[in-house]
Amino acid sequence: MIDRTIAPAFRQIEKVDLIQAVPLKLDNGIPVYSIYSGEQDLIRLEFIFDNVNWDASRPLQASVANGMLNEGTATLNAAQIAEKIDYYGAFLQTEYTYDHSSLVLYTLNKYLDNVLPVVHDVLTHSVFPVDELEVYRLNHQQQIKVQLEKNDFVARQTLGHALFGSSIYGHPVTVTDYQELQREDVCSYFSTAYQPQNCIIVASGKVNDHVIAQLNSYFGEWKSQASYHKNTFGFTAGQGQEHYIEKPEALQSAIRMGILAINRSHPDFAGLQVLNTVLGGYFGSRLMANIREDKGYTYGIGSALVSLQHAGYLFIASEVGAEVCGAAMEEIRKEVRLLRDELILPDELALVRNYMLGSFLGSLENAFSHADKFKNIYFSGLGYDYFEHYVNTVKTITPQRLQELANQYLDFDRFEKVIVGRR
Amino acid sequence: MVKFDRFTLDNGLRVLVHEDKTTPMAVVNILYDVGARDENPNQTGFAHLFEHLMFGGSVNIPSYDEPLQRVGGENNAFTSNDITNYYITLPAENLETAFWLESDRMLSLAFSEKSLDVQRNVVIEEFKQRYLNQPYGDVWLKLRPLSYKVHPYRWPTIGQEIAHIADARIEDVKAFFKKHYNPQNAILVVGGHVTTNEVKALAEKWFGPIPAGEKYNRNLPQEPVQTEARAETVTSSHVPLNALYITFHMPARKTAGYYECDLISDILSRGNSSRLCLNLVKGKKLFSDLHAYHTGSIDAGLFVIDGKLLPGIDIHQAEQAVWEELEQLKKTLVADMELDKVKNKQESTFVFSEMNLLDKAMNLAYFELLGDADGFNHEIDKYLAVSTADIQQRAAKLFTKENSSTLYYLAGA
Repeated sequence: MIDRTIAPAFRQIEKVDLIQAVPLKLDNGIPVYSIYSGEQDLIRLEFIFDNVNWDASRPLQASVANGMLNEGTATLNAAQIAEKIDYYGAFLQTEYTYDHSSLVLYTLNKYLDNVLPVVHDVLTHSVFPVDELEVYRLNHQQQIKVQLEKNDFVARQTLGHALFGSSIYGHPVTVTDYQELQREDVCSYFSTAYQPQNCIIVASGKVNDHVIAQLNSYFGEWKSQASYHKNTFGFTAGQGQEHYIEKPEALQSAIRMGILAINRSHPDFAGLQVLNTVLGGYFGSRLMANIREDKGYTYGIGSALVSLQHAGYLFIASEVGAEVCGAAMEEIRKEVRLLRDELILPDELALVRNYMLGSFLGSLENAFSHADKFKNIYFSGLGYDYFEHYVNTVKTITPQRLQELANQYLDFDRFEKVIVGRR
Repeated sequence: MVKFDRFTLDNGLRVLVHEDKTTPMAVVNILYDVGARDENPNQTGFAHLFEHLMFGGSVNIPSYDEPLQRVGGENNAFTSNDITNYYITLPAENLETAFWLESDRMLSLAFSEKSLDVQRNVVIEEFKQRYLNQPYGDVWLKLRPLSYKVHPYRWPTIGQEIAHIADARIEDVKAFFKKHYNPQNAILVVGGHVTTNEVKALAEKWFGPIPAGEKYNRNLPQEPVQTEARAETVTSSHVPLNALYITFHMPARKTAGYYECDLISDILSRGNSSRLCLNLVKGKKLFSDLHAYHTGSIDAGLFVIDGKLLPGIDIHQAEQAVWEELEQLKKTLVADMELDKVKNKQESTFVFSEMNLLDKAMNLAYFELLGDADGFNHEIDKYLAVSTADIQQRAAKLFTKENSSTLYYLAGA
């Protein structure tokens, strides 16, 4: 008979191997970073552009230019673009984040030659047809109306605005923004931002010589024209106000609170990630253990440390029963306070170390995820030694150091606190 | 092509192994052949509530999550109307911890009152968060009973009402465990940096001693053929737009008709070149978004049209336009190019799904439940076998008024 009360032996992860990106350049200087893995005959090509020329009076021009890339070129309409891509089983997606606008192609290698011309056309000759823009505008107004009925969405927008004001990180999108959107703003943004000098290509999967040669033949002669200015933002922490938006009929209240911190380029970032994991970064975290698993106030609660190009912040988010909103806020306060007042016990810290190492190893599933890791360091101006630093920090950071970080970065009184619902 | 080995323990547990040496990780996926369709109509939501309780400690191990996290593992689970599926990802060298944890909770749970108390609350908050406190969140609480009158698909996995969850007692939990959670009703898939020999030894060691239990024989009331159109109108002050939902009964998962329906939904609404997008969203500008999809359930499922209307559009005019698109599929053969396009998309989707170890393991378990895990490798052939005439005939059977249930979800003051 086996004794089922005794856990099997286990080992801590010793090392983590990353597939490093190989840097190349197209003839016109566009940097290509290639992450090769040959198990499947498929590739992902990401054309990534920095968001530029932020103008708070034209808040949607970057996101709409990106969202509508697939909606028509000088020679192809939206349906023709979609048909050409779909017919070859490929996927052509736009991705918009606060810092970057991307066009991403997923295709089987055997169809690359068929779909790459379409990608080229989209990136160089998008025209944002009047009709399509009208549909886009109407449909996104509708979507915003639905989103604004969701407490967690309103909380997200409100917190973003509290932390980041009217910058690209903080602008709360409204129905009016869509009504006021001008086609010429979208067109001019496209011709300014979608240029070779503002582009990098991240290629992952079976990136063989043919793929590189084809990239060069389609994009190597592309010329830069207009000039642009990079987005730069600086932020100062507020006083830590409460932002309460009452919804008298809410069954649940959305809680979201955040505080400015640091981004990945700061040496404390990895340590703060450990601290965040303890607080709310995994299923067994203190917030989950207390507020879900002990009190049953919520279906889920968590915290995250976010690294943006020009800022970093930590936030805590949950949706809790409206009648226990005050109690939940108090428990969150206690948990943040505890990180500052008491050392994390060795047993808990050992668990978090192992969890984070396993999670890191597991996040390197395939060529695409190795490419994602590369983007994390590339856009933070870091090299692959960052990951050694990360693993080393996770393995060795002391409870004392974590307590110092908590005192330096996590002052509950200074969190901007948003409640949407009832309190 | 996803290769695997398969063996069965004496107690009836089916085990599949997929070796993938490109990753340092392992996944352990256990599918239990029980879903919301197996619930007592007066205790709906129980399969899902039970899933939560599976994390509340087992007979020999007080905490499930903690020891797993300690060895670098992560886990989660989901419940559908058909199945309950649990999965773990962890460094392959710590594989045995997953066997230890999963086998102990298959052996027996701790059945703690505290865990039941807390998880009742957690699930009630989940009910509110996902179904009640969201615009249109309760659509399936209305569409299911409108579409199904007899079959247990008439309630959603979260349950028909909060009271059913609030009333759950520990005796019910014990009975549910005895009935459904045993080796005969489970399929274990282990994938990643593992060998079949190693998995065999671990399976014998940890799962071998668990008693076989009783085989659950499913005998569900089948939905009679619908003979007249149904409709219902809901008005809510918490939604900003009028919405239209139409459901049609469609064939069960294991029949050829399933693949026809899946391709029809692609023709209608997959991507920017699909018919509903081109004709009704962009062309006639009736809807701001409009989708066709299906529930894909094991017993006869639902084909769904789901759209939000633009301001000032009459909902009956929009509905009429949807029907014209459906009639078009009945009247005229789709072009070969159009059918090839959606087939090609299915094919590449299969290739891309092989990038993900957990997806592969889940698919093997699910296809084994359907009858043979190798079916996953031949799934694409079934799509490729569908002809334009098959599409037309299927559309003719599917899209009739007698087979439809329509929900008008209106924005009200």
